Amino acid sequence: MTRRRAALFVRIAVLAGSVLLLEICCRTGIIDPLTIIPPSDMVASMIDRIGSGELNDSIASTFSTIVLAFVLAIGLGTLAGALLHRSSRLRDVVDPLLASYYSVPTFIFYPLLVALLGLGKAPLVVLGVLSAAPAVIISTLSGLDSVSPVLLKLARVHRLSPARTLRWIVLPAALPRLFSGFKLALSYALIGVIAGEFILSGTGLGYAISFAYQSFDNRAMYGLMLFVLLIAVFANGILYVWEGRLARRRSSG
Amino acid sequence: MNEPSHVALNEVVRHYDGPPAVHALGPIDLAIPRGEFFSIVGPSGCGKSTLLDVLSGLSRPTSGSVQFEGRELHGEVPDGIGVVFQEDASLPWLTVRQNVGFGLRTSHLSEKEVAERVDHAVSFMGLAQFADHYPAQLSGGMRQRVCIARTLVLQPRLILLDEPFGALDQQTRLLMGDELLRLWRETGATVLLITHALDEAAMLSDRVGVMSARPGRFIDMVETGWPRERDSRIVSDPNFGTLTARLWTSLREESLKTMGRAA
Amino acid sequence: MSDLALEDALSKRKSRGRIRAFDAVVLTLLILAIWQAVGSWTRGIAVSPPLQTLAYLFDLLRTSMFWDHASATLAAFLLAFALSALIGLALGLIFGVRRFAGEVAEPILAGFYTIPKVTLYPVVLLIFGLGISAKVAFGVMHGLVPMTLFTLGAVRNLPPVLVRTARVLRLSPGRTMLWVLVPACLPDIVNGLRISFSLTLLGVLIGEMFSSQRGLGFLLVSGMAQHNVPLSTAVVTVIVAVAIAANALMLRVGGRTTRRPN
Repeated sequence: MTRRRAALFVRIAVLAGSVLLLEICCRTGIIDPLTIIPPSDMVASMIDRIGSGELNDSIASTFSTIVLAFVLAIGLGTLAGALLHRSSRLRDVVDPLLASYYSVPTFIFYPLLVALLGLGKAPLVVLGVLSAAPAVIISTLSGLDSVSPVLLKLARVHRLSPARTLRWIVLPAALPRLFSGFKLALSYALIGVIAGEFILSGTGLGYAISFAYQSFDNRAMYGLMLFVLLIAVFANGILYVWEGRLARRRSSG
Repeated sequence: MNEPSHVALNEVVRHYDGPPAVHALGPIDLAIPRGEFFSIVGPSGCGKSTLLDVLSGLSRPTSGSVQFEGRELHGEVPDGIGVVFQEDASLPWLTVRQNVGFGLRTSHLSEKEVAERVDHAVSFMGLAQFADHYPAQLSGGMRQRVCIARTLVLQPRLILLDEPFGALDQQTRLLMGDELLRLWRETGATVLLITHALDEAAMLSDRVGVMSARPGRFIDMVETGWPRERDSRIVSDPNFGTLTARLWTSLREESLKTMGRAA
Repeated sequence: MSDLALEDALSKRKSRGRIRAFDAVVLTLLILAIWQAVGSWTRGIAVSPPLQTLAYLFDLLRTSMFWDHASATLAAFLLAFALSALIGLALGLIFGVRRFAGEVAEPILAGFYTIPKVTLYPVVLLIFGLGISAKVAFGVMHGLVPMTLFTLGAVRNLPPVLVRTARVLRLSPGRTMLWVLVPACLPDIVNGLRISFSLTLLGVLIGEMFSSQRGLGFLLVSGMAQHNVPLSTAVVTVIVAVAIAANALMLRVGGRTTRRPN
């Protein structure tokens, strides 16, 4: 068995084992059922809720907000990154901002956003973009930096137009780093939106969890939590696998 | 012979503004007849690569003119010139076959013709076995072969190579030198090779230009007089030793200058 | 290089420095201008303008109420950060050295990193109740994993020759860790601390915004609830200033440690 497969196996075993342990502790009363409900109940609750269709609005709302924030972050981020890359003076001045951006807890601006934009989707989208876009800018800069000068010379030797140079040389060369920026962007947008919904919103899955908590409906709450966790893991997982496939072609492996 | 040269440099000078300001090259006068295999040797930093940039049209001379096939170059690479760089310029996201066909994307050849040319170049450079591999899976020498094949496919009339075998071990270099000669004979192109290996220059070329330390100028031109049908076994020819010695004699002083010591 | 060329190079570098300083000033003014514009355009409903905020802040910093809240946040944060850093360091070293365990754990840790941890907050509250332990738990939840991952990465990227040297010198595992691994990984570890710092702070603040009656996070939210916009803006300003200052400090310290002769 290859090492990678062995690690995967052990990993699944560890996770499954932990879930099993939790199940046992809950069922035997070691863990107070008012605190945590057994995993099997969580799954059942989740399936019930999804099946009954009562979550459809929340799901649609959260999904659309995340997707919107993600797309905006990528669009604005790559554009800004490309612009900064062209102007080294602009880049020099913005660089310290970018470097220290993620040291500030972006979330503290959320109440201000709500006061500014109301309690709907707008502050959530803005929060998502504020969380995700800088990561895209940074990775775009990094990706464009990584295009080796000899490839640009190659483009000139082949007399490629600027548009073709961009499409056939620059973008493919920068893609690995661009993609890792997109991965981060999805992660941050998702976290930002759901956190926002949780703390201060009237719609969406985050709000649903908060509502369930405040209504002392543990069963509903855990079911929803599980659902959100699975979505997060799944979405990020897809991008991760995709990235791995891209990388494997280019590495000596 | 009054035939106009294939490539000509007239009083070419190249300055860089810096900081610091550098007089990198020249004045250079050079005329290469069609079909010649010409090599340039010189100490590090003498401007060999700058010369190649100017010759190919990648950069413009500060003064003087560059002519290719009778037409002056104005900072653009004209049709008919192929360049093989010192650094690895293979495209990591394309297979060998896709890499080789890269230059033909903008051509108006039919798919069938493109495939034919690519297949020919791939097998000519001995890459047929690896045609569907990615560059990352190949050795340095093979990646350079991919770059050469990619140049071949365009059927260039002038091939410029900037220390293409620099990163390879000696034995691979010798074999690659033979490949280059084969290529030269088959395509009938004019070849300009920049190398720091004197034996390589002496072995492969019709003529070798020795450059001075920066700012680079030609201080010697050596005709080798080799027959067209030659390969690396020419090292056993008595003239080989004489030629290499002459190159080193001319070059040694310049190299010492570059290293900061007077002759 | 001739003397003339050298002088030329130096003067060009000085003028570039001057351009950069000028640009930085312009940028700062631009940010302040936007702040002012948003503040006055919304008539102080969302954000209070810079000067008003500064004045309010000045007064605020002299109230004991503010320092009560600030110290609550500080206490929770320091505890959470210490836990994140030490546990993260330990776990990172273990997972880095024990390669297989590291291989098993890393995707799990990375996966945890991408989860909206806010959704787990109710569980933390149910376990720890309301109070400082919950806040510390939030902070650790956010700051532990990055610290572990950074340390793990640092150890894994160590040139193997260092570990081999330690074995040749017959160092005990403890000494190998202390005398070889940690110093060699120091730049990455400091980097991890820096990231962990910000995230732990985030965790503690969100916890306060959500479920506490004390702390700067709570102050921020209650400012909003009472429509006391200058208060909220001032609190945000304080948090931003502290975060950036700490980050800059750690960048400088991290830089110095890498340049230390070894």
